[in-house]
Amino acid sequence: MIAILDYRAGNLTSVARALHYLNQSYRITADPATLQEASHLIFPGVGAAGEAMSHLRQTHLDQCIRKWVHTGKPMLGICLGTQVIFEHSEEDDTVCLGIIPGYVRRFPENLQHEGQDLKVPHMGWNHVAFQKEHPVFRGLPEESEFYFVHSYYPAPTDERWVIGWTDYGIRFCAALAHENLAAVQFHPEKSGRPGLQILANFCRWRGRDAE
Amino acid sequence: MLSKRIIPCLDVRDGKLTKGIKFKNNVDIGDPAEAARQYYEQGADEIVFYDITASSDGRDIMIDVVRRVAETIFIPFSVGGGIRTVEDMRRVILAGAEKISINSAAVKRPLLINEGARAFGKQCIVLGMDVKKVDRSSSIPSGYEVVIHGGRKYIGIDALWWAKEAEILGAGEICLNSIDADGTQNGYEIELTRLISSNVRIPVIASGGAGKPEHLLYVLSRGKADAALIASMVHYRTYTISEIKTYLHEHSVKIRMEW
Repeated sequence: MIAILDYRAGNLTSVARALHYLNQSYRITADPATLQEASHLIFPGVGAAGEAMSHLRQTHLDQCIRKWVHTGKPMLGICLGTQVIFEHSEEDDTVCLGIIPGYVRRFPENLQHEGQDLKVPHMGWNHVAFQKEHPVFRGLPEESEFYFVHSYYPAPTDERWVIGWTDYGIRFCAALAHENLAAVQFHPEKSGRPGLQILANFCRWRGRDAE
Repeated sequence: MLSKRIIPCLDVRDGKLTKGIKFKNNVDIGDPAEAARQYYEQGADEIVFYDITASSDGRDIMIDVVRRVAETIFIPFSVGGGIRTVEDMRRVILAGAEKISINSAAVKRPLLINEGARAFGKQCIVLGMDVKKVDRSSSIPSGYEVVIHGGRKYIGIDALWWAKEAEILGAGEICLNSIDADGTQNGYEIELTRLISSNVRIPVIASGGAGKPEHLLYVLSRGKADAALIASMVHYRTYTISEIKTYLHEHSVKIRMEW
């Protein structure tokens, strides 16, 4: 069973619908006992980092997530869920979970591409240049694009963790992986066929066990 | 780099698909969830549903449509029409829509934009604007006036002013519909689109007038639109979305070509 972590950060039902479509059993949950039973954890989220972190702390879900990482079972971060596993976010100057060394930064003002001003948030479909093989990111056509909506982007300290880069005036980390953790800045549940492919791959992935 | 989005717009009344020409003489053309699935498979980047139902029974049917759509397509879609309160927004979002679009209700009570943005995030709130070209005046300095109630009521608000105001209030995107161009299939209002898009920092979706792939090319390049709404040209099978996207791709517009 796949657990979708419910920490009141936006609408979790779109991830659930995608898993339903893929014939996966899942639970939207914030219950530690249910998390223990789960084989996989999806940590989604839309919203602001400050509010998300204060809710995670109040409910002690921050501890549950740290514990999960140590079990070696696979975890997938999506969008805000990816951002809060870093050390710190510039959004609301928030101290985050610190599971991955690195920071979450705001897109600079006056971003440009070929002389045109770029708008923030970065919203819409963009290409991800995948750098290396990884079971979660297998079988994606080269020209695949993914759906993004965000004003902040992850900047891991160790670039060896980066699986895919995206260009939006600057180059930023759109997908990363380390041991039993995979994380994406885009929304695989809203990225059509290649997005569903990533979710299906994740459901089959055995995390650290596989290495 | 970010791709320009091609967005089919489906008008829905009592759970059925229609396409209004200049907001009159609507003709029923099918099931919205089935149309959405076809457009998803043809490579639509997003889908807009506009609910023109008047009755509250019809609204419940719409929620059901949204739920069915959310189970079959895995790209973002928005729902507009008749949304007046945060509670209305919540129902639609919980049923599976990514974004909600508000129009007349936001003109009457601008704080609705702000309330929606705080409840669901800016990215959920699309401000729909119906705009008509008028003579420039002290109250309408841009020469474009906002109209409400499906283009029937003038209210003395300047379109450029309203777009900037909506951005400040927390709109995540603007869907800009030209009443003059809507339903003509003679092309988008390029000047209007360019004016609004270059004066706000949120994405602008051009709407009204699409009849040929060239029209999309002009509005996405000269018009500086971030996305283009299409209706009749695909509803009546004149073009498929993949044909339109291939044309734009061949004319150097950044387009998502793999789906």
